[in-house]
Amino acid sequence: MERVPILKLGSTLFVSIQIDLQDESVVRLQEDLADRLAATRARGVIIDITAVEIVDSFIGRMLAMMGSISRLFDAETVLVGMRPAVAITLTELGLSLRGVRTALNAEKGLKLLSGSA
Amino acid sequence: MEIDSSQGRMADYLREHQDKVIGRWCELVVAGVRGRSSVVEVRRELEDLYSLVIRAMSGTDEQAAGELRAALTELSRSRARNGFAPSETALGVFSLKDAVYELIAGAPELVPDFFAFSRTIDDLGLLTFETYAAAREQIIADQSTAMMELSTPVVRLWDGIVAVPLVGTLDSARTQLVMEKLLETLVASGADHAVLDITGVPTVDTEVAQHLLKTVNAARLLGAECIICGIRPQVAQTIVSLGIEFGDIATKATLADALAHALSRTGLKVGPA
Repeated sequence: MERVPILKLGSTLFVSIQIDLQDESVVRLQEDLADRLAATRARGVIIDITAVEIVDSFIGRMLAMMGSISRLFDAETVLVGMRPAVAITLTELGLSLRGVRTALNAEKGLKLLSGSA
Repeated sequence: MEIDSSQGRMADYLREHQDKVIGRWCELVVAGVRGRSSVVEVRRELEDLYSLVIRAMSGTDEQAAGELRAALTELSRSRARNGFAPSETALGVFSLKDAVYELIAGAPELVPDFFAFSRTIDDLGLLTFETYAAAREQIIADQSTAMMELSTPVVRLWDGIVAVPLVGTLDSARTQLVMEKLLETLVASGADHAVLDITGVPTVDTEVAQHLLKTVNAARLLGAECIICGIRPQVAQTIVSLGIEFGDIATKATLADALAHALSRTGLKVGPA
């Protein structure tokens, strides 16, 4: 099973998903993220899904859950770089990821976090 | 064999009376087209068809039947594009029977042969009808594709602000197209505000509203905010009476208001120079 690395940049955790997401790797990512949030006391999380081409309802829900978990640690989550096809799929699945903020790219996501901090 | 020989006899007869039959056929067809094609044109077309009919009926030429069908298909297709009614094209073919029948009245021994001939012509007439329908379907399909392509422009209003002027009825297929195009433009241009202008949408019912909400949600997932504008008074009344909720989506009366709103969200302000 491939693991997704979580990088710490200042007070922000940066998660760049570069693999085809399997259910187990997403579950693992969620656990890792919770551990790192607790350990680093980061104030923001950026999840970059530029390379993700396919999502299903499970992965969509896990992304929303990662946002909720981060909020428990008082960190804001920004989902960046979603592809149009992925956005359409999530909309058709009825997942609007209300608890998660979104940005077009990582740069805008960082700006969003620094603006809200 | 009976039919073959009868067809052969008929072919001989037609070849013998070629000028008379074509002349009469031409008269009948020209009366039918009412000046939309010239007499010379019609005559040339009919002469070609006539010689193909004879070749096909005499049974010596294997390819003639195919050529005849191809020629009729082509004729019918070009007439469909020139706005002829399908019955006019078919009647043009059927009038060959009239022309022959008028002549054959003087030769009673050929009447049974004429019956078989008549069946052949009926088939050909029906073929033109089918081709006509197929050609029209093709035209309609082409036009709807062209309309789809024309109807979904995404224009850039400002740095980071794009607009989608929606004109015409929004159905699922169009919404899908608009959504895809908008999202692709958002990603490509890095715009984070999109203005959906529905001035040209005649009616907004629950389905159209659903489509709009989907588009807004998809754009939000990318990180872009949508503003809906151009809601006309009647449309506003319908939306309220149907109980449609746009929730926290910004709605503005005009495109200008929407642009001003987007500019202020981006931290820009337009003032006197």
